[in-house]
Amino acid sequence: MLRVIGKRLALLIPTLFGLSVLLFLWVRSLPGGPATALLGEKATPDAIARVNELYGFDRPLLVQYFTYMGKLLQGDFGVSINTGRPVLEEFATRFPATIELTIVALIFAIGVGVPLGYLAARHYGRFLDHSSVVLSLIGITVPVFFLAFILKYLFAIQWSILPPDGRQNPRIDATHFTDFYVLDGILTGEWDAAWDAVLHLILPGLALGTIPLAIIVRITRASVLEVQNADYVRTARAKGLMERSIRGSFILRNAMLPVVTTIGLQLGLLISGAVLTETVFAFNGIGRFLRDAIFGLDYPVLQGFIIFIAILYALINLIVDLSYSVIDPRVRVQ
Amino acid sequence: MSTILPPAADGSAAPTDPAIDAGRGTGLWKDAFLGLRRNPQAIVGAVIIGLFLLVAILAPILAPYGGDDLPGRTSITPTTIPRPGEIDGFPLGLDRFGGDVLSKLIWGAQASLLIGVVSTALGLAGGMLLGVLAGGLGGWVDNVIMRFVDILLSVPNLLLAVSIAAVLGQSSYAIMIAIGVSQIPIFARLLRSSMLSQRGADYILAAQTLGLSRRTITMSHLLPNSMGPLIVQATLTLATAVIDAAALSFLGLGGGLPQAAEWGRMLTYAQAELSVAPQLAFLPGACIAITALGFTLLGESLREALDPKTRRK
Repeated sequence: MLRVIGKRLALLIPTLFGLSVLLFLWVRSLPGGPATALLGEKATPDAIARVNELYGFDRPLLVQYFTYMGKLLQGDFGVSINTGRPVLEEFATRFPATIELTIVALIFAIGVGVPLGYLAARHYGRFLDHSSVVLSLIGITVPVFFLAFILKYLFAIQWSILPPDGRQNPRIDATHFTDFYVLDGILTGEWDAAWDAVLHLILPGLALGTIPLAIIVRITRASVLEVQNADYVRTARAKGLMERSIRGSFILRNAMLPVVTTIGLQLGLLISGAVLTETVFAFNGIGRFLRDAIFGLDYPVLQGFIIFIAILYALINLIVDLSYSVIDPRVRVQ
Repeated sequence: MSTILPPAADGSAAPTDPAIDAGRGTGLWKDAFLGLRRNPQAIVGAVIIGLFLLVAILAPILAPYGGDDLPGRTSITPTTIPRPGEIDGFPLGLDRFGGDVLSKLIWGAQASLLIGVVSTALGLAGGMLLGVLAGGLGGWVDNVIMRFVDILLSVPNLLLAVSIAAVLGQSSYAIMIAIGVSQIPIFARLLRSSMLSQRGADYILAAQTLGLSRRTITMSHLLPNSMGPLIVQATLTLATAVIDAAALSFLGLGGGLPQAAEWGRMLTYAQAELSVAPQLAFLPGACIAITALGFTLLGESLREALDPKTRRK
């Protein structure tokens, strides 16, 4: 097990190295170069020359690359141009919001998607099956930011039962020490604050969760369809096992492998979706921060984030692969 | 694998055109085409795409006003935005700039489809080039290309497109290129794996025994027979390209005038008026969703039709 993990982590090194080279070249190819990104488009040539000297942008590319890599390896991702604070610090204060949002989205996607896909497969060709296919088609084709608009209009504006934007009602005097607002509320016993934070998570969570939901429904349905006619399921029936244990231990468990893989692969979609969802709901997480970074050409933030996501992506895929051995004993034997 | 169509004689034309093998037994593509014609899902998809394509092409005739025109500038104030049908001559009402919503939707169809088609063509071409090099040459070329593709795949698609758009500046061309490039890795991977799976096929062995050069085998035998999954993916990618293009211009990377007729941008400016004029968000949003639906339906029917497992005699 440890050897597998080590090997996979070692494979990450060349990818990250290549990525760092690409990102380095990317910053240097920004219109006007990094100095213009720092100073804005109206910078005087004098000021640009000074910044180039100060940050070493006038030195040979190779020298610049090694300086940049050296800092990166020490965990120094630079300073955000927009806010003037270290990039890592900015991430640390905003990630909790996006993690909360993603958890709600995934709970919704998995909690609805897996049962729905399973039921659709059991009722193959009937109404429930058809409606699940239509539903997943809508989930794939309706852009997440448009869906966010619809939800916001219906639930926040038309019926006013949920808050339209933000993470928490500013009138609530909540104590924050972890930046996970729901957790903060629970830990400090400020139940109204926690509940308010939960309410603020529902609409963006639903919007963000719809894409993975659609995909999870499809994969679960296809996977259960394939498994439920397998020979070993027939054998189990012939042996006279209870239908409940056939469904639980034979069909669902075997059908879960591709579903788990798919959930792991949703990260990229979720991050892209978070940028759009958080923009619509003025939800102050990493997605909205990235949107501002895109506009201000805040390249240290974009650079840092892309490296961070690449690492996260690799780690999640590793966890997904390792979880196979829990779900599927055959993988464990190999 | 006996049903796979023999490679086209001249090698340059992939047998994508069902007319090529019409009447010559049952080839994969002819079967697929016949299957598509019987599949209601495919017909709905094709009709949707056909309609939008028609609207896009005929935009100069159909649209009452130009895309950037502001014919109703005098009829709007910051607090009142005429609803659909409130003022004669603007059946779908006006937006906050005084632009005719109907005209903007029509011109938006042109912009969206153009971005979708050009970016997908770009992604397909780039992906095919890398895929053929990797799958055809193998060895270290394959390794280098695939590692490069892995690196690109480790960055979420939208972020990759955004980073590329940032370098190119804000314009609709930047969006096309950005989305196209961000699609390259998927096409490259798909073509490579599709070619690898064909490598051991009997007809390749036959071509090798005939003494054909590796280039001929790769280009005229392996490539045409590996195109199926790519064409399916390209159709599905058109849907994501339309959505991604809208997302990028929603985020404000489209450049040009603020009132430019783009579906994504119309949504950006609809945000502030969501409570008073929801149609400004719903109409362009529905257009994006329906176009994406058309390409998805068509792509999925195509996948079903080309999948040997689901083919019926």
